[in-house]
Amino acid sequence: MTLKKFAVTFALGSVALLTAGATVTTAQSHVNSPDPLLGAPSVATETSSIDGITGHAEEGKHLYRRFCIGCHGPDGNGQGMNAQWIDPQPRDFTEATFKCRSTPTGTLPTDEDLYNAVTRGFVTTNMPSWRPLSPQQRADMVAFIKTWSPRWAKEKPGATLNIPPETAITIESILHGRELFQKLECWKCHGPTGNADGPSAATLTDSKGNPIKPFNFSTGDRFMCGDTNRDLFRIFMTGLDGSPMPSFADVIQPNDAWDLVHFLRTLQVALPNQELTLWQSYKAAHGKDLKPIGPDSAGGAQ
Amino acid sequence: MSKKFCEGASPMNVNWSRWKTMLTCAVLLMAIAVCDVRTASALPSGKVMAIPAFARKYGLPCSACHTAWPELNNFGQVFRDNGYQLMNDRDSPIWQNPSYFPITFRITPSWHRETANNQAIDSVPGNGDAAGVGKFTQSGFDLSGMDLWSAGTLYKNISFVLLPSSDPTAVWHFESAFIRFDNLHGSPWLNVKFGRFELDNLISEKRLLFLSNNGGFYQIYHFNDPGDSNNFGFGDNQIGVELAGHSANSYTRYSVSVLSSNEGGVNFTTDVVPGAPPSNRSYDVNLAFSQAFNAPGPPGESGFGQERVGAFAYIGQRPTYFQTLGDGSGPASAVPLVGLGNKPFYRIGVGADLSYKNLELLPLFMYGHDNPYLGTSVPSTAPLPTGAQAPTFYGGFLEAHYYLNPQNVALARFEQINVGQQSFNNISAGVPGSNGNVTAYTFGYRWYPIMFSRAGVALDGEYSRVRTIGQEPLSGDGTGVVANPFNAVWSSSIYFGIDFAF
Repeated sequence: MTLKKFAVTFALGSVALLTAGATVTTAQSHVNSPDPLLGAPSVATETSSIDGITGHAEEGKHLYRRFCIGCHGPDGNGQGMNAQWIDPQPRDFTEATFKCRSTPTGTLPTDEDLYNAVTRGFVTTNMPSWRPLSPQQRADMVAFIKTWSPRWAKEKPGATLNIPPETAITIESILHGRELFQKLECWKCHGPTGNADGPSAATLTDSKGNPIKPFNFSTGDRFMCGDTNRDLFRIFMTGLDGSPMPSFADVIQPNDAWDLVHFLRTLQVALPNQELTLWQSYKAAHGKDLKPIGPDSAGGAQ
Repeated sequence: MSKKFCEGASPMNVNWSRWKTMLTCAVLLMAIAVCDVRTASALPSGKVMAIPAFARKYGLPCSACHTAWPELNNFGQVFRDNGYQLMNDRDSPIWQNPSYFPITFRITPSWHRETANNQAIDSVPGNGDAAGVGKFTQSGFDLSGMDLWSAGTLYKNISFVLLPSSDPTAVWHFESAFIRFDNLHGSPWLNVKFGRFELDNLISEKRLLFLSNNGGFYQIYHFNDPGDSNNFGFGDNQIGVELAGHSANSYTRYSVSVLSSNEGGVNFTTDVVPGAPPSNRSYDVNLAFSQAFNAPGPPGESGFGQERVGAFAYIGQRPTYFQTLGDGSGPASAVPLVGLGNKPFYRIGVGADLSYKNLELLPLFMYGHDNPYLGTSVPSTAPLPTGAQAPTFYGGFLEAHYYLNPQNVALARFEQINVGQQSFNNISAGVPGSNGNVTAYTFGYRWYPIMFSRAGVALDGEYSRVRTIGQEPLSGDGTGVVANPFNAVWSSSIYFGIDFAF
């Protein structure tokens, strides 16, 4: 064999060995795997439909690997390599339990709910907004997320909540909302002034037993599932499944819910808003007549 | 393997044949393959993916921000445009664990082989006469420079970058150092950066996936016509202030920079290393704009991906002579003090970042124009020689990345630069119109076999071949002397490196 032939043979053999090395490594662990999602369910047929866009799970799988796997994990159970450092913990897609929905508690969310969550991200958590991805990519992601749980094959998403037009923002509405805040015992978790320091706050856990904090209205942070009054209305009418925040859809009427929305806005003292301005004027004149919120106001906060 | 082979293995041996080189490469490949299998087998079996430099802060995989690091994808671009913030109300460092420190090391051990032909070399190896013409070859194990990168937020909407960088011998300079005030008046359209930074290039040379001597930079980002005194390099970091803005998803981006006319130099000089010539007292301007859009796919399928197109213009000036300072004893004691006699130049161009599913194409076209005084290296106090004219050039490149998956990417690039109009100096010598032209081909493959928490490793293999006419290759390969000035010099690199960042 001439040196030339030997060199060519040797080079080709080396490349083959390099390839074989990658293959062997793949078989040994997912660490270097060309496809760390080998264990993912079949994705061939799952799709999503969002505002005229059809998402494809097969495409979403590639995106999941690139963007999501670090937190949500190769098994979709929220146990990615970064999960140990993350609080609150990443969503476990295998349970198909989602906080931000437009559907009744206990039901699956719509594709659009998941799309909105991916787009918006979750403020004060490690879940960023994925708005920089194209709408098609986000729709593809949604389609793939739906492959992690068999619930998606067996159940339909719940009926979308009908949100009536917002009622007028008046002092009467705010005062009624304040009554509801007392009556429904929202203060037990969120605290009398919305500082997330209610007597139950320290004891709360999510559906997996992890400690969880109630929302602190006083910071002016965006709400987890949106930042408008309609979003807030939706949150307590659907509840945040997987968290201690229940649905109040069976407890209060829509007009009452709007009153509660208006009062909750007054707790956002770090976020200037119409309700807060109105409330501060009222309190300046009638503050001494208001009963404090809390255990001593069993007969009503007003 | 005979004694003859062993003797010929000297990297300085001009008779070292390509087949022997291939054999050497094969041995290296074999070693990498064996090491890979063994190393990977010894790794923990947890299901882990990459974490980028900011992972200690945000816990996202490398691939969230990079198509293949260091190149950014749009999510990474938005993160960068927002001042290294995810905008989730956890960006300010007051939210971080006290043990968190935003710092990353990057360095690349490598083996590479460099050649350049048409060089003035010894007629007989070792006789020192430099009277022969032939090929210069060098090869061996080597080390890249090192980046000690720190970046992050000082407070909400105040970000910074500090990047001390060394050459392979540990001579340090500040590659980047700036503070940025983000989202002024709550608007993403108003961000101000102050310090030394990379120009807002649509195709960033600082995030290049190639590393070899010939392929590890864009030729046109550093090109100037033969004989031109202009030292400007579009790919070099500059020093000044930049106003930039972007839409919420960074699909629309703009920037306006005002920069010292000194090639990013510090201490009023024209470079970041000691002993550089003094700078002048003028300013340059760089303008950049780009727009992205989503390309729809065939009915029933997902789209092709994001496409971005952009344009840029750099308008600058450089001195043609220096005011000097001496001890009164005459010209012998004079040392340059400040650049004077500024003459203008400009670079304009268009570029794009196009996607077709897993294929990414990066085309760029640039046109360059210099004042005749710069082109002929004549002080502006003197009349231009007869026949002097403004040197121009045009050209660009097309780079292709094919992503088999986030951990494997195949690379290729073609570059061509033509001198549009020769400066006087060359015309007077009867130089052909092709003098100064550059043609370059580069191929490569990057494999990110492991992407562990707080670190990334990439195996990088490249072959690059560059033809220059009338100039030494920009790679620095060769002796600095072209044996036959108007003949082509072919310079090539074969490169294998292990690129790692911690």
